[in-house]
Amino acid sequence: MSTPPPVLELRGLTVRFGSVAALHRVGVTLDGGRITCVLGENGSGKSTLVSVLSGLTPHDEGDLLLDGVAVRFVSPRAARAAGIATVWQDLAVAPLLSVWRNLVLGAEPTRGRWPLRRLDAEAARGTTVRALERVGVTGVDPDQPVNSLRAGERQSLAIARALHFGARALVLDEPTAPMTIAQQTLVGQAVLRARAEGLAVVLVTHNPRYAHLVGDRYLLLARGQVAGDLTRADVDADDLTRLMAGGEELTALTTRLRELHPELGER
Amino acid sequence: MPVTAGRLLSARRAPPRLRLLDRVLARPSLVPVVGLAVVVLLFGVRTPGLLTAGGLAGVLDVAALLGIGAVAVGLLLAGGHVDLSIGTLAVSSAVLTGALVGVGEWGVWPALLASLAAALALGFLNGWLVVRTGLPSFLVTLATALVLQGATLAGLPLAAGAPRVSGLDEAPGWGAAAALFGSTAEVGGAVFRVSLLWWAVLTVGAGWLLWRTRFGNQVLAIGGARRAARELGVPVRRTTLTLFTLTAAAGWLLGTLTLVPVASVAATPALATAIDFVVVAVIGGCLITGGHGSMAGAAVGALLYSVARRGVELSGWDPRWSQALLGVLLLVALVVGGAVRSRLRAAPRS
Repeated sequence: MSTPPPVLELRGLTVRFGSVAALHRVGVTLDGGRITCVLGENGSGKSTLVSVLSGLTPHDEGDLLLDGVAVRFVSPRAARAAGIATVWQDLAVAPLLSVWRNLVLGAEPTRGRWPLRRLDAEAARGTTVRALERVGVTGVDPDQPVNSLRAGERQSLAIARALHFGARALVLDEPTAPMTIAQQTLVGQAVLRARAEGLAVVLVTHNPRYAHLVGDRYLLLARGQVAGDLTRADVDADDLTRLMAGGEELTALTTRLRELHPELGER
Repeated sequence: MPVTAGRLLSARRAPPRLRLLDRVLARPSLVPVVGLAVVVLLFGVRTPGLLTAGGLAGVLDVAALLGIGAVAVGLLLAGGHVDLSIGTLAVSSAVLTGALVGVGEWGVWPALLASLAAALALGFLNGWLVVRTGLPSFLVTLATALVLQGATLAGLPLAAGAPRVSGLDEAPGWGAAAALFGSTAEVGGAVFRVSLLWWAVLTVGAGWLLWRTRFGNQVLAIGGARRAARELGVPVRRTTLTLFTLTAAAGWLLGTLTLVPVASVAATPALATAIDFVVVAVIGGCLITGGHGSMAGAAVGALLYSVARRGVELSGWDPRWSQALLGVLLLVALVVGGAVRSRLRAAPRS
């Protein structure tokens, strides 16, 4: 019996912005039921990887394989239709719109025939309530504007939306700003649940201890290239902290500071 | 004093007065309703002629054309854009129709269709320039409006030998066009125009489009959170192009509704009309920053504007005073709109 192909696979994938390669010949496999943490400094290509997987940025060279078939997403709509949903760094919510309008945005259910085709608001409200219940949020009125939600509830909304539309893969781009324990717990629950359901999970995080806690694999990016593809067995939390804090650069910085200020000693 | 759970809860809640204010400010469309009540009271007392059937017909005559423009601009505002070329486009498309019929001796319907096609093309061009360059639509449409206005004012005398084309009612097909765009009905001794009907239909249609369809949901998202809309796969470019094309179609309708009743057309500067439309839409509760719009509010805003204008005229004041009044109302609407946004932003965060 042959093993099924991975949910997502990148082969020699290159993305250029003008003459700059934001991703250069990146190869990685993303299996179902596994959490892959993407680590790297700012500008290492993490966001570009997220936007390629989500369909926002089409790739220039190489292959993006979904279940072993080469695909090229022309828009996030196409990626979502293929079952890849994303929790964006900015959560991608429209603050003035209601919760249900946000949840179905870009994939609104409709009823009736053109030209009288209209939003199926009842269905969308039902979907919203169910999707929010799935992430443990009750008591949010689907008609209230997203503006009136607390930050944690907004995050729940973004996660609920991604879990609702992501049948094959979940891409999570954590905000760079530190999150509260409650928010981090929410994200953690979401990725673990997605893993349990057999989704391929891609987690871009800035918290190494947390990455070590939930991750199965660690993809290290540096200057748009894969600098390391490690499994859980290869690293411990301290290694990850070092790798994420800037790796070599931090070591160089430490050495230089110690030279200039011997009083720092071995702290 | 013992601290009970109930006391703690009530202490955490905002005082009721503030919550009422929040509720009021969460409804930007309240401004035009209050404003309308004020001007109707003010001018109804001063000039009773305003409240007769004839006075009403005069008000609605002005309001219908303003309202059609405001609905189109309001839809565009909800999508985070503005179109300053719609007033000029109205004149230019009417001039084109008039020139084709009067000078080119076309039938009325081929001429109307040709000018509609030209208007749609211009709307598409506006949208394409905005999408392509990423420049503020305010500037892009100002530029196209200037080009269009200059070309129309200079072009018509060249083509027709005069700045006015008249006698269009002798062309073939005039009867049907006159029925559709120029018929009138007498109710209670006053004459009401068919433009009222167009206004009502467009207000209801645009309101439905904005709040009850997928297209509308995406317009609101693009206007309020463009990046989020793009990240969720909303076709931002296509929707923007459609919006500008729809606005241009409304401009053509405005031009046709002014051409047909008098069977003649003159090339006049009309850049300021577009500003009136924006003012009316904003007074009506369309946020200038996008993401929210009310078509019914825009209709009330148009009524407010025309009551103020007719009232000032009937009072025997200098009609330019109505502009000052409108400016004050616009300021109020903008401040309330800003308050709505900041209040919504200031919602508690954990």
